Amino acid sequence: MKTFNIMIVGVGGQGTLLASRLLGNVLLEEGYDVKVSEVHGMSQRGGSVVTYVGYGDDVCSPVIELGEADIILAFEELEAARWLPYLRKGGKLIVNSQQIAPMPVITGAAFYPADILTQIRDLGIDMVATDALSLAQEAGSSKATNVVLIGVLSNLMEFDEEVWLKAIDQCVPPKFVEMNRKAFDLGRRTSC
Amino acid sequence: MKQKKLMLGNEAVARGLYEVGCTVVSSYPGTPSTEITEYASKYDEIYCEWAPNEKVACETAIGASIGGARSFCAMKHVGLNVAADPLFTASYTGVNAGMVIGVADDPGMHSSQNEQDSRHYAIAAKVPMIEPADSAECRDFTKFSYELSEQFDTPVILRLCTRISHSQSVVPLQERAVVPLKDYKKDVSKYVMMPAMARGRHVVVEQRTQALKEFAETTALNRVEMGNTEIGIIASGSCYQYAREVMGENASYLKLGLLNPLPEKLIRDFASKVKKLYVIEELDDIIETHCRKIGVEVIGKALFPVIGEFSQRLVAEKLGLTPADTVSFPGSIPNRPPVMCAGCPHRGVFSVLSKLKLMVSGDIGCYTLGASAPLSAIDTTVCMGASISGLHGFNKARGNASAKNSVAVIGDSTFIHSGVTGLINIAYNQGISTVIILDNSITGMTGHQQNPTTGYTIKGDPTAAISLEKLCDAVGIHRVRVVDPYNMKQVEEAVKEEIAVDEPSVIIARRPCALLKYVKHKKPFTIDTDKCRGCKACLKIGCPGISIQNGKAAVDPTLCVGCGLCQDMCRFDAICSQGEEK
Repeated sequence: MKTFNIMIVGVGGQGTLLASRLLGNVLLEEGYDVKVSEVHGMSQRGGSVVTYVGYGDDVCSPVIELGEADIILAFEELEAARWLPYLRKGGKLIVNSQQIAPMPVITGAAFYPADILTQIRDLGIDMVATDALSLAQEAGSSKATNVVLIGVLSNLMEFDEEVWLKAIDQCVPPKFVEMNRKAFDLGRRTSC
Repeated sequence: MKQKKLMLGNEAVARGLYEVGCTVVSSYPGTPSTEITEYASKYDEIYCEWAPNEKVACETAIGASIGGARSFCAMKHVGLNVAADPLFTASYTGVNAGMVIGVADDPGMHSSQNEQDSRHYAIAAKVPMIEPADSAECRDFTKFSYELSEQFDTPVILRLCTRISHSQSVVPLQERAVVPLKDYKKDVSKYVMMPAMARGRHVVVEQRTQALKEFAETTALNRVEMGNTEIGIIASGSCYQYAREVMGENASYLKLGLLNPLPEKLIRDFASKVKKLYVIEELDDIIETHCRKIGVEVIGKALFPVIGEFSQRLVAEKLGLTPADTVSFPGSIPNRPPVMCAGCPHRGVFSVLSKLKLMVSGDIGCYTLGASAPLSAIDTTVCMGASISGLHGFNKARGNASAKNSVAVIGDSTFIHSGVTGLINIAYNQGISTVIILDNSITGMTGHQQNPTTGYTIKGDPTAAISLEKLCDAVGIHRVRVVDPYNMKQVEEAVKEEIAVDEPSVIIARRPCALLKYVKHKKPFTIDTDKCRGCKACLKIGCPGISIQNGKAAVDPTLCVGCGLCQDMCRFDAICSQGEEK
C-alpha cells in the first residue's frame, strides 16, 4: 500500500512524543513498515512541535511534507492553523480545542487569531474539534490529553480496540495505565 | 530471535553496541546523540558513563580499546570539536579492540549553535566514516563498524543526523555476541605518540588509507540500485530516503554507507550507466568535490543548498517535479519559539539581569533561552564554557570598569564540561569578573542527565558529588555565595555586591529544574480579578503560564507550578497562592 501519513502537532510539553510512540506501536503490531520522526532538545521547551508518522509497505522519508498528511492530529488550535498547509487535499484534521498563548502573544508583540476553528472550517477542511483537555481531566489528569486524542484518532483507523489498549499498556508506566485507558475510551467515544 | 521493535535510530545504535559485544561506553550528552548512551546504559552487559566532556569520553573509549574492550563514545557534532584532539592521534595509534565514535550532526539546527559538517573530521583525521539511513541500518552499521575498526586497526566514526537519530523505524533484533577481552601488550611504537614513533605511525595511517580506498570499491556499505537510467542519484543517510521517496523506481541510486574514503571506480561505473547524475547531500559539498576530483561531472550544490535540512519536497522541487497542493490558514500566525518552562529556576536570575541592564556572557543550555523576549538578557553565546572565558576577554579588553556591569551565566553541567578552566584563567590572570553558575542540579536541555555535581551516575547509583563552592574556592575564587533563584531580591543584592567588588566572584543560583520528578510544586496560582488592574507587569517575567485575557491577568493551571515569580512582579497583590503540593 501507498504510505499513509499522520502528523501530530502541538506545544512542547503536551505529550506529543508519547502519542506518537503509542501510534507507532499499534502500527508495528498491525504489521506495517513504520517511520516516526520527532525532534528533541530545545524546541521541546514550550515551542511548536511536530511528529511525523508514516506507515505502509515500504516507508522511505522519515518526514511528511506540505500537502502530504492524510490526518493531522493537533493538540492546540494555533498549531492546527500553523501546520494546516501540511494537510493533503481531502485530508482530515482533528483539533483539541485548547488555546495556549505563545510568548509573542504574552508579550503583546502579536495577537492570538480569533475564531481559528471557524476559519479553518470555512476553508472546507474536514475537521473534528474536541475538548480533549476536559475529557482528560475527567479521566483523572490533564496530562492524559494526549491519550484522549489518540482515542479520537483511533476512530479513523480500522484496528481493533485491543491493539490500542495493548500499546497503552506497553508505553505508559503501570500506575497510570488505568487512567490512560479511561482517557483513551473517552476519546474513542467522541464521534468523528 | 525473530522479534521486531520500533526503535529510534539512537536506540538502534545502542542495540548494535549490545549485540556486537561492546562493553565500555563513555559520552557527554548532546542533542541529537543523547539517547544512544541512555539506551546503552539499560544493558547490564555494557559499562556506561556520562563523562565531564567529549574529550574525556573519547579518551576513555581509546583507553578501553587499548585495554582490549570494544568501546564507544557518543557526542553531537560540536562535541567532536572538543574530542578532536584525541581523535586525530587515535588515528595514528589505531586500536586494540574495536573503537567507534558516534557523532550526530544537526542540519537545520533544531537544537544547536551551528551547522558544521562532521564529514570534514573523518577526512582530516584520516579515519573511516559510516552513515546509516534508518534504524535497522543504525544497528547493522554500528556492528559493522567494529569489524572495520579491528580489520583496519583504526577508530571508526559512525555519523548520524537528527532525522536518523530521532526517527523510529523497524529493527529485527539479533542475539548478542560475547566478545572476550583482548590481551593487552605493551607496544610503545604503536601507543606512545612521541615524534620518533608518530613518524612511523603516520606511514601506517597512509597505508591504511590506501587499503580503505580499495575496500570502498567493494564493500556492501555502498549499494547500487538500478532503476530508470535517465537520472542517477548519489546520496547517503536521510538524503537517500528523500530521493527514494520522490523518485522511487524512476531513478537509479548509488547509496553510500561509507562516507570516508569515498570510492572512485564505483562512482565512475555508476556515472557511466546514467544520463544525468545528481549528488544530493546536506551541508557541504564533500561527495560532489570528490566526484569532480576524479573527473565525474555531477549536479550538486549548483542546485541543492549548503544551508539547512532537506526534505522530499525540496528534492522534488529541485528535480523539477510539481509538489503537492496546499491550503493555508488565512490569517497571520504568531510564532511559538521555545521558552523556559513555567517554574524554571533560571527565570528569576534573568529577570534580575535584565532589570540591571548588565552585559551577560551566555553559554549553552536551557538558559540560552534567557536571550529571548521579554527577558532579552543575554549578549553572547558561542560554545560550551565560552561564557566565562569570553567574559574574561571582554573585561580585559575594556578594563576593570567593564566588570562592574557584566556577568557570565553558565549551567552546572556546562561549568564542569569546560567552564572551570575559564574560571581558573580568571583567578590566575588577576581578573575580577563575576560568574553566575545556574545550578539546577541536572543536565537540563538534553533531557535530565546526571553529571559530576548531582551525586548520581548514569545508572542512578549514588556517587561522589563535586562541591561547586569548594571547587571555585580551590581554583582561587574566594568570593563564592549561594542564592535561591526564586528569591529575586536576594539574587539582585548578590549580583550588585559581587559586580561592585574588585575581585573575582562566583554566585551559585541553586534550585533543581522544575521538571525533575522529585521537585514538589505548589498549587497553581489564581488571579483576584478585582485587584488586577491589567497593568501587565507580571508578563515581564516571560512565563508561558501567565497571560492577559479580557484585560486581566490569567494563569494557565495546566502549566503553573506556583514558583511565585509573577507574584513578586505584581504591585496590587492580585496573584494569589493556593498553598502547597499539587
